[in-house]
Amino acid sequence: MRLVVHNMLQCHVKGCVSNNFPLQLLDVELEIQEIEFNPRFLQNMLPRLDWRAFVTTAAQIGINSLPQDLPEVFDEDFLKKLHRILFETHIVQGKMICANCSHEYPVKDGIPNMLLSEDEA
Amino acid sequence: MFPTPNLDHITSNDYENVYEPAEDTFLFLDALEKDIEFLKNNINPCICLEIGSGTGCVSTFLGQLLGNGTTLLLCTDINPYATAITVKTAIHNSIHLDAITTNLTSGLLPRLYHNVDILCFNPPYVVTSSEDVNSTNLIERAWAGGIDGREVIDKMLPLVNDLLSSNGVFYLLVISDNKPDEICDRMWNDYKFQSKILASRLAGREKQLILKFWRNQS
Repeated sequence: MRLVVHNMLQCHVKGCVSNNFPLQLLDVELEIQEIEFNPRFLQNMLPRLDWRAFVTTAAQIGINSLPQDLPEVFDEDFLKKLHRILFETHIVQGKMICANCSHEYPVKDGIPNMLLSEDEA
Repeated sequence: MFPTPNLDHITSNDYENVYEPAEDTFLFLDALEKDIEFLKNNINPCICLEIGSGTGCVSTFLGQLLGNGTTLLLCTDINPYATAITVKTAIHNSIHLDAITTNLTSGLLPRLYHNVDILCFNPPYVVTSSEDVNSTNLIERAWAGGIDGREVIDKMLPLVNDLLSSNGVFYLLVISDNKPDEICDRMWNDYKFQSKILASRLAGREKQLILKFWRNQS
């Protein structure tokens, strides 16, 4: 699971409707998998990203160099840094925890599992 | 002509746990290929989402058509074997996609609200009893559609309105038993989606169609 995908996921336990995004990362194993840099796609993606959630999540895996707000102007170095964090950084194993209801969603072999049991959904 | 994704890596054991690509899958590929110039020129897609990706054949092919790494290709499946094979199929064909094990789009809304540019769904469409829809057998669940084969399709239709971006498109595979006209009418009446039949073929006595939906722009 890449960080760009993590940015799209939120807790959907029945009745859990606030403070349920972003899911907190815990006990994660990371891996870098390189992919071609595509600045056009990256810039298309930026407005669809929840920037604050992304910054919070990056900090949980030790990346503290992102600005609190997305700058209005940025250079290619900044885009390359984002490319690395968003598109090349994979969570291979770990857990995602809801800050509100503490539900744990596992990530196994790079795939997040958002399934709930019948009484949770 | 784009080649069909290579599925050599999938074993017969795998097909005990995941739906094997068949004529419906290949009709889906044909329809996407037919529409590729439209997708590239008119949609300029950023986020693609496939529901029930199975082996990942459709999204891998879409990735090949659009160009690897030019869009975010998201795939969901309720079957963890399927999401695992989806990722392998993509890698085997040098495409990058992201798979999520979930029921339809659970956990992805509201973040994907009006954010999906290309939505693909080859649903469980076979007419069965209602009980079969929630079968614990994963393969059965991949095709059992309940009454009129519509029970899963009908759960998905309201989500389409939540997911699609302003110029987004939705591709849906159905068979004649699913009453395609009624699906199109409902999408128009409830959500003002326009529709057309993009491709069709006879597979035995069953007529398979790819329906395409988009928001009415006027």
